[in-house]
Amino acid sequence: MSGLWNAFVELFDTRTIATIVAVSSPLLFASMGETISEKAGVINLSVDGSMMLSALAGFVVAFEFENVWLGFPAAAAVGVAVALIVAYGSIRLSLNQVAVGFVLFALCTELSRFLGSSYVGRQPEGVPAWDIPWLESIPFFGQVLFQQNLMVYLAILTVVATYFFMYRTRKGLELQGIGERPEAAHSRGIPVNRLRYFYTAVGGALIGIGGAAFTLDVKLGWSDRPTRNFGWIVLAIVIFGGWHPLRVAVGVLLFRTLEAYALNLIPEFPSLSQVLPSIPFPLMILALVIVNWKAVLAWLDRYPFLRAILRSDPPTAIGTRFEIN
Amino acid sequence: MTSNRLLYALIPAGVVVVAAFGLLLAAGTNGFEPIKLIVEGSIGWPPFEEGTSSKVGDTVMVWVPIALASAGLIVTFNAGMWNIGIEGQIIMGAIFAAFVAREVSVSRPLLIALIILAGAVGGMLWGLLVGVLRTAGGVNEIFGGLGLDFVAASITTYLIIDPWSRTGVASTSGTDPFPDEALLPSLEGTRLSPLAIVITLVAIAGIWLLFRGTLYGLKLKAVGRNRPSSFLMGIPTNRYLLGAFVICGALAGIAGTSQAIGFHFRLIPAISGNYGFLAILVVLLARFRAFWVIPISFFFAMIAVGSSQLQLRLDVNSALGGVLQGTLVLSAMFGLGWAAHRFRKQAEAGAEST
Repeated sequence: MSGLWNAFVELFDTRTIATIVAVSSPLLFASMGETISEKAGVINLSVDGSMMLSALAGFVVAFEFENVWLGFPAAAAVGVAVALIVAYGSIRLSLNQVAVGFVLFALCTELSRFLGSSYVGRQPEGVPAWDIPWLESIPFFGQVLFQQNLMVYLAILTVVATYFFMYRTRKGLELQGIGERPEAAHSRGIPVNRLRYFYTAVGGALIGIGGAAFTLDVKLGWSDRPTRNFGWIVLAIVIFGGWHPLRVAVGVLLFRTLEAYALNLIPEFPSLSQVLPSIPFPLMILALVIVNWKAVLAWLDRYPFLRAILRSDPPTAIGTRFEIN
Repeated sequence: MTSNRLLYALIPAGVVVVAAFGLLLAAGTNGFEPIKLIVEGSIGWPPFEEGTSSKVGDTVMVWVPIALASAGLIVTFNAGMWNIGIEGQIIMGAIFAAFVAREVSVSRPLLIALIILAGAVGGMLWGLLVGVLRTAGGVNEIFGGLGLDFVAASITTYLIIDPWSRTGVASTSGTDPFPDEALLPSLEGTRLSPLAIVITLVAIAGIWLLFRGTLYGLKLKAVGRNRPSSFLMGIPTNRYLLGAFVICGALAGIAGTSQAIGFHFRLIPAISGNYGFLAILVVLLARFRAFWVIPISFFFAMIAVGSSQLQLRLDVNSALGGVLQGTLVLSAMFGLGWAAHRFRKQAEAGAEST
C-alpha cells in the first residue's frame, strides 16, 4: 500500500511535472487537430495511422536534410493529405466517414512500416532545448513551463489559440455552427462544405505536426510503429474532453500523468513491468465509459456545476453529411 | 448502367496494380517478382503442386480466423455497429480456449469440443460487454471495443508472464505448448485442419442464411438501417444489438480458438495476429455479403502468409502486404463511391432535362 502512495507522491516532484508537460506536446497538437475537425462535423478516424505516417515523413525529411525544422511542414503536409481524403470521401462521395477513416488508418500504418523499414534505429538531431529568458527563473512555473523547447511552447499556444478562436471569434462561431446546425449556418450564407474541407485540413495539419513531435522530439528516432495506439487515445480524449479545447488539454495531461504513475509503480511490482506501461490506455477508455454512462449523466444533472465540468455532448451534426437541396 | 458500374469497379483494381508496381519498383525489385513470391510463399508456384501442402495448410489456417471474424462482423455491421472490439473478442476466445486446453483432461473429441465451446463463450462475453456498454451505458461501441481490446491484450501479456509462464524460464514469447490431445486434429505434416474448415464454411453459410431467410436477420437489418423506426415498429432494438454482438463475439472467439490450438499451439502475446482489423477490411471490400467473404479472406490470407517471404528472399519489408490490402479496399470504396456519385449526377441532369 505504501508503495502505491510513494509512487503517487513522486508525481508531485517539479521535474516529473515538467516531464509530463514535455511529453504531452505531441498529443496536445493532435488532439487540438481532431477537436477542430470534429467540431466542424468531420470525424477523422485515421488519426492513429495518419499520425504514424506523418511522424515518418517528418523524421525522414529532418534526417535527410539534417534540419529538424523542415520535418514539421513535411509532416503537416502528410496530415493534410490524409485529412483531405477523408473529407473528399465523406463530403463529395457520401461515403461513410468512419469506414474511410478506418481504412486510411490501416493503410497509413502499414505504409509507414514499409517505407520506414530502412530508417529503423536512425537518430536525427532533435528539437533543441530553449529556455525563455527571465520567465525561466520563476520558481516552479519556470521549470515546468519555460525550460522546454519551441515545440512544447507551440503546443501550449495551440491549445490557447484554439480555445480563443473557437469561443471568442466570429469565425470560431461559424466553425461551431457548421458542426451543430449546418442548415442554419447555410441559411446565414456560410459555405458549410467548403469550411468543412478547410477545418478538416487544418486538423490534419495539427495531427501531422503531433506525429513529427514524437519522432523529432519526445520519442526521438524511428522504430516500428513508434506512435502506436496514441491516435486512438487522442480520439478518446477528444470525447472525454467534451470537444472543448481546454478540457481536452486537461485530458491529455491526465493521460500522461497516469502513464508517469504507472512507470513509478514498476519498481513496486516488478512482475507487472510488461503490463503496467499499457494500463493507462484501458484506464483512459474506462474514464470515457464512466463520463458517458447514462446513470452518471443523470446524477450529474442534479449538480449543475459538476455537470458543466464533466458532461460532454458531441456536436449535433457530427459525422453527418450536409447537402444543399 | 450495369456495365458502367463494372467499369468503375475495375478502376480500383487498376489503381492497386499501378500503386503496387510503383512501390515494388521503388523498393528496388523488378515489380513482378514480389507478386510471384507472395503466391509462391502462400500456395506454391505453380499453385497446389506436390510438396506445397505445408504452405497451403498455413494459408488455410490463416484464412479460417479471418473468415470467421468477417462472418461475425457482417452481423454487427448489418446491425449498424462498428465492432472494433473484435480484436479483443478474438484474444478472449484464445484465452478461454487456452485455459481449457491447459487445465482439462478428458477424452480427445470431448476435449476439442469443450475448447471450441469455451473459446466461443470467451469471445461472446467480451462482445456482450461492448454491447452492454453501448446499450445500457451509451458508450460508443468504437471506444468501448477499443478499450476492451487493450484490456484483453494486457490480460494476455500478464498471463504469459506470470501465472502461465513457461516452466523454468522467464519468457515473454509465449506459454508452454498445449498437450497434444488439445490440438485441432490436422493432416499429416501440416497445420491444415478439416474440422476448422468445416466450422468456418458452416458459419459463413449460417450468416448467409440468417440474412437471406430468417425474420431475425430481417429485423436485425431494420435495426441497423433505422433504429428509431424499428423501435416504433415494436422491435426491441437493444436486445437485437446485444444479439448481434453475441453472435459476432462467439464467431470471433472461435477464430481465436483456431489461432491458439490450430496455428500457434500455445498462447502468445500477439495471438490475434491483427486478423480482427484485417477482417474489417475484408467485410468492407465484400460490402457485407457473406459469400464474398470466402474468396476475399482467402486472398488476404495469401497476402498475409506470402508477404513474409518478401522479407526473407528480397529483403522487402513484409508490411508491403498490408499496404496492398489497404490500397485495394480504399480504391474499391472510392471507385464505387465515385460511380454512385456520377450516377446521381446523371439522374439529376436527366430529371432536369425532361
